[in-house]
Amino acid sequence: MTTLAESGIATAGRQPKLPTAPLGPLLLVAPLVLYLLVFYALPVAAMLMRSVTDPHWTLANYARLPADPVFLRVLSTTLTTAAVVTIGTMVLGYPVALAMVRARPVVTNVILAVVLLPFWTSVLVRSYAWMVLLGRHGLINEALTAAGLIETPLRLLNTALATHIAMIHILLPYAILPLASVLRQIDGALLRAAAGLGANPWRVFRQIVLPLSLPGVAAGMLLVFVLSLGFYITPALVGGPRDTMLSMLIAQQVDLLNWPYAAALSATLLAVALALIGLTLRLPTLRQALRGVRR
Amino acid sequence: MKAMRAGGAAIVTLVLLFLAAPILIVVIVSFSSAAYLSFPPPALSLRWYRVYFGSSEWLVPTGLSFGIAAAVVVLSTLLGTLAALGIGRLPPALRAPIAALSLSPLVVPGIVVAIGVYYAYSRYGLVGNPIGIVLGHTCLAVPFVVTSVSANLAGLDRRLEQAALGLGATPLAAFWQITLPLIRPGILVGALFAFISSFDELIVSLFLSGTGAITLPRRIWDDLRFALDPTIAAVSTLTIAVTLVVLGSVHLARRRSERLRIANVGLPE
Repeated sequence: MTTLAESGIATAGRQPKLPTAPLGPLLLVAPLVLYLLVFYALPVAAMLMRSVTDPHWTLANYARLPADPVFLRVLSTTLTTAAVVTIGTMVLGYPVALAMVRARPVVTNVILAVVLLPFWTSVLVRSYAWMVLLGRHGLINEALTAAGLIETPLRLLNTALATHIAMIHILLPYAILPLASVLRQIDGALLRAAAGLGANPWRVFRQIVLPLSLPGVAAGMLLVFVLSLGFYITPALVGGPRDTMLSMLIAQQVDLLNWPYAAALSATLLAVALALIGLTLRLPTLRQALRGVRR
Repeated sequence: MKAMRAGGAAIVTLVLLFLAAPILIVVIVSFSSAAYLSFPPPALSLRWYRVYFGSSEWLVPTGLSFGIAAAVVVLSTLLGTLAALGIGRLPPALRAPIAALSLSPLVVPGIVVAIGVYYAYSRYGLVGNPIGIVLGHTCLAVPFVVTSVSANLAGLDRRLEQAALGLGATPLAAFWQITLPLIRPGILVGALFAFISSFDELIVSLFLSGTGAITLPRRIWDDLRFALDPTIAAVSTLTIAVTLVVLGSVHLARRRSERLRIANVGLPE
């Protein structure tokens, strides 16, 4: 009896210390919040401020962008690349996502492994792989020459095409994973009902699977588009000398110590990326689909 | 119907080949005996691995990358795990902005983070200094720990903790003896992902390594701009091997966490 009473009192006395008290959680998150403010958020904010405070308060660094031919050319390259890569990953990724959901468990696991291995291989190594394949004396040129199809090597590396292929390769898993997570949730009974009512497989796909998978398509496309906008390593290594992307222009301006311009470009890139991600997270179906991307 | 299925299978196989082949080719080329890139290799040899293991130009950056990644794992696991334990219990008004801050390094373009930290760290002597790289990489690694531990906590039966408290355990004892062992797989997975994210990171390192702290990806990058020496194929293969070992460990940790979750289901409502 005494022990019971004691334990009752003890628990009652400890009530305020239970995890629901607001102070405890605050103390737990405080170290990370302080760390990120000091070593990440404030540094980025201080850098971005240079775009409006140099040499005094001004919006001139932004006002000049719409009339700046270098910026416009780079922006157009960046948007075109992002669009091509987004469409390319979706066209190649859709059949894989579909197969991943429909196949037997063993096959699903094999597909998942093949999708995840490149996902986790560094972007640098994957860009190097494309340099090996596409180079002047690379494997594709050697093979085509050996087969007698060409006499002089084709210029494949350091072209916009090389950037597109390598970026599609790198970003493909980001299109496949949200799509597969949406496809997996489609009720199999719907498909069987449609087939039972006489719809052929193509019609089942077009009228049931495709419409129901659109949130996954949208989420995957937005994700790939946003990630494409910020690409730096791959276009710098495999892209053409004239195909400068936004990130590369920013790095060049930092090398020239032109901080106000670099900061204005960074703020523009950041605003677009955050707006698109914000849009994705605001739509519940897209938000759900993004859960499928678990690195 | 049958033709359509075969056609579909062929397309999927081709795309999977497109995903895997470039990486497999790098692995094969790394064992080539030729002094230039050729495929298939005329003969197999380990000469490029000997070049790598015989050169301090490669080994010193490798050591530095391992050291930096180890420090990043410690720092990000500690900060990220504590935060994950707190975030879910915060009032909603605070939860959203704090979660956004701690996950934002995943979506903020790498170049923006890189030049931001470069801009600020250079004033405090943190460029060309491994400490600067550790501080920068930790920001990028933290989201992996926060998401992984949060996912683990979400699948946890909170009544186990309450039962411990009800039976008279102090909050610290309840955490140490009940909660911590149950979220250990989540912490481990987060730590492993934090390791890979730092070990492979290039953009922040490009700006922070200066001349005094050359990491392995930075060393590969410098080499790639001049030559396509098969040594890089050997180095790439070794980093792929490191990645595979880490991913294998993640798989084991997740399986263990599944088992623990199944064990929890046995508890009566």
